[in-house]
Amino acid sequence: MPGDTLTLLADRLRGPLGDQWVITDPVRLRTYECDGLTYHRATPGLVVLPETAEQVSAVVRACAEAGVPFVARGAGTGLSGGALPRTDGVLIVMSRMRRILSIDLPNRRAVVEPGVTNLAVTEAVRADGYYYAPDPSSQQVCSIGGNVAENSGGAHCLKYGFTVNHILALEIVSPDGDIMQLDALDPGYDLLGAFIGSEGTLGVATKITVRLTRAPEVVTTVLAAFPGVAAGGKAVSAIIGSGIVPAAIEMMDALAIEAAEAAVACRYPEGAGAVLIVELDGPAAEVAGHFEQVERICREEGAFEIRVADDPAERAAIWKGRKSAFAAVGRISPAYIVQDGVVPRTALPGVLARIAELSAEHGIRVANVFHAGDGNLHPLVLFDDAEPGAGERAEHVSGMILDLCIEHGGSITGEHGVGVDKARYMPKMFTEDDLDTMQLVRCAFDPKGLSNPGKVFPTPRLCGEVPGVRKGVHPLVESGKAEQF
Amino acid sequence: MTPSEPPHGIDAELIKDCVHCGFCLPTCPTYVLWGEEMDSPRGRIHLMGQHVEGAPLSDAMAGHFDACLGCMACVTACPSGVQYDKLIEQTRAVVEREHPRPPGERAMRALVFALFPHPRRLRALRLPLRLGAPVARRLLPRLRALHPSLAAMVELAPPVPAHRTRLPPRVRAVGPRRATVGLLTGCVQGEFFPGVNAATARVLALEGCEVVIPRRQGCCGALSLHSGREEEAVRFARATVAAFERAGVGTVVVNAAGCGSTMKDYATVLAGDEAWARRAAELRTVDVAEFLAELGPRARRHPLRLDVAYHDACHLAHAQRVRAQPRELLGAIPELRVKEIAEPDICCGSAGTYNLFQPEAAAELGERKATHVLAAQADLLVSANPGCTMQITAALRRTGRKELPIAHTIQVLDASLRALPVSALTGGASL
Repeated sequence: MPGDTLTLLADRLRGPLGDQWVITDPVRLRTYECDGLTYHRATPGLVVLPETAEQVSAVVRACAEAGVPFVARGAGTGLSGGALPRTDGVLIVMSRMRRILSIDLPNRRAVVEPGVTNLAVTEAVRADGYYYAPDPSSQQVCSIGGNVAENSGGAHCLKYGFTVNHILALEIVSPDGDIMQLDALDPGYDLLGAFIGSEGTLGVATKITVRLTRAPEVVTTVLAAFPGVAAGGKAVSAIIGSGIVPAAIEMMDALAIEAAEAAVACRYPEGAGAVLIVELDGPAAEVAGHFEQVERICREEGAFEIRVADDPAERAAIWKGRKSAFAAVGRISPAYIVQDGVVPRTALPGVLARIAELSAEHGIRVANVFHAGDGNLHPLVLFDDAEPGAGERAEHVSGMILDLCIEHGGSITGEHGVGVDKARYMPKMFTEDDLDTMQLVRCAFDPKGLSNPGKVFPTPRLCGEVPGVRKGVHPLVESGKAEQF
Repeated sequence: MTPSEPPHGIDAELIKDCVHCGFCLPTCPTYVLWGEEMDSPRGRIHLMGQHVEGAPLSDAMAGHFDACLGCMACVTACPSGVQYDKLIEQTRAVVEREHPRPPGERAMRALVFALFPHPRRLRALRLPLRLGAPVARRLLPRLRALHPSLAAMVELAPPVPAHRTRLPPRVRAVGPRRATVGLLTGCVQGEFFPGVNAATARVLALEGCEVVIPRRQGCCGALSLHSGREEEAVRFARATVAAFERAGVGTVVVNAAGCGSTMKDYATVLAGDEAWARRAAELRTVDVAEFLAELGPRARRHPLRLDVAYHDACHLAHAQRVRAQPRELLGAIPELRVKEIAEPDICCGSAGTYNLFQPEAAAELGERKATHVLAAQADLLVSANPGCTMQITAALRRTGRKELPIAHTIQVLDASLRALPVSALTGGASL
């Protein structure tokens, strides 16, 4: 039944998109079965690769009319399964919409298509002394459209803010196929703010106006090696406590360093139990003053080696290890889970100690890489997928880390999003009433629930349905329209 | 000689190394062109996985493997250390065994592999190529309609020098001898760009090396290996190893990126037979720029007032990780400035036989490269691989904007060591 609907849909879309860009071959479809989180897989019913907003609109309208769910996908680098396809739906791949449409330096903005990579924006304006500030570790490959969906962060968000602070306007295709404009300057409700970070549940962005930031006069990167994470954690708190807002403060523990060394030979100080990367940027005099303070604090907290980089090549060498850390873990473990949680900065040493205990108790290695400045943890839970039960144990430890974050008043995600992976943790963090209120927002944009369903919310329900505990079979299931509500 | 089995199938363990992070996507030429997952390294590895799990090798699947240039930019980009180079080589062999090609494609492949790895046959083509080139270029549109690969062959054929340069079997070192090395003359390099081999021998000699140039050396096997013709590659590899063993050298200097990367991998290519694998391991292959940088300069560099754009050949930069050495050699020439070309990691579309078998994609990539090359505003383009040289020359010609002289790194160095005028490089005549 859904097969027939999809066949008809494919036939309908071949006209507006062109044969080549409507994919129905099962082998090809399967290459889209997962994004950066391979733990969840689903072969899409249909894949389309539009090149214009009009084509996206045609696809979404066709889906809306046929009652078929759709999922938008950028570069497929997401780590929460936010772009996990639907077997009964259409996957709208945005990778062909990758033109930089205009650059307006006097007004410090650029208009780009969603498939443009994060780094490509910076590269287009670097020579003029500008850059695009949010910098996820995957910035060379992840798309701006995906960044908008996930409200992506990155190492430098400590000082410069997340994606939401750098988007000035959006053109979106609403879940019924209309092309709409959202602008930060619009009076009334902040719909732009609501859309950013909505993980594809409110529509598909087709044109993105980004803020360009003036490159700082000076950038100094400091690499400080500590005997362990506790000392490093204390240094972080002391630096922030002194009133300095570094561009970034990142920490890696011994296991993460080992992985990075294996992958990119970053040559961090030998014997380090933790390294701290502190980046300072701004006017030369200010950076020089802050640097002295940072260096002193690090020494006081037990740093045994401090390296300083002032030129781009040296800075890149320091960052290389950090930026490649996630994928680099592939060198020391056959499989791993990248976790993303937040704790108050002051809770860092305690939480890290508890993670180490959990790791020992369950015989599961955990490498820690994190944005220490804002308490955003990225524990990498390592396991061998060939070993029976190891995956489940890792999943268990990974889940307990999130519980730990909630216990300490933190969050289940700092920047990777909820996606499909963490939907089940939402009720631990929010009450039923909270979730129902969020659902009302979603219903305002997407009453049919076709835009990336199954993500963010643990129990999708019909719009118009009375919030509250549901009893019995869902009406959609009862009417034969759905199998899994 | 005992027959030995080359390794079969695709190694599932190598597939597992991929964590699906996608860092390879922006460096993949076909992903840059089309933006499709299955034409990216990550997608192709996924397809390999599907085949290993039992999915039949369909036309669609084979098409995505064939579309891979084998440029290895993804190997450089991969933080997880996926050995895509090994994976695609294994996959190509599987495609050759399991995937029946249509007759036209088969005939084209037979023609290419009966011709290019054979210096003597290439030599026989020199006269007709030289005389027939203007006519053939005019016939291009009709040829393209007949078979795009034939048109590509004609378009790529370089101007052939009227006289063959015959290199002596041994070139004595100038001054005290610092090393004795063998020189691979190659197939396309030797027949179409003989000036490169002559310059290599001269520079090595001027830097104090005795150069041994075995007469009877054949193809190194690179074209065959990169196209899944394993057995042919093994035959060529063994013959090459034997040729240099007979010449009594332990180090072979190579000036063609594709050949160098294959020869460095001989121990793997010949792994099926222990004795041969050992013999291969005893022969050291080194790129000429890598070798000279390691040796250090001794001969005097004379100034060349030139801006050169250096093109990274994929099989040098990605496969052999030789990036700094050629720039270092060029940069040490007084008054010469090295300019960078945008998107240095993206392949020019030559990729061995790619521009013959996938002419449309190759042409698109060639034009992209040509545009970046022209934007560098140099007097001379330096490329260390004959395939790239032919491909970029053809692309520059198609853009119709400017004829840019092209030389090999070693030719620039040769001109500097011999105090030749800049026009020796930019005049085009002697190259």
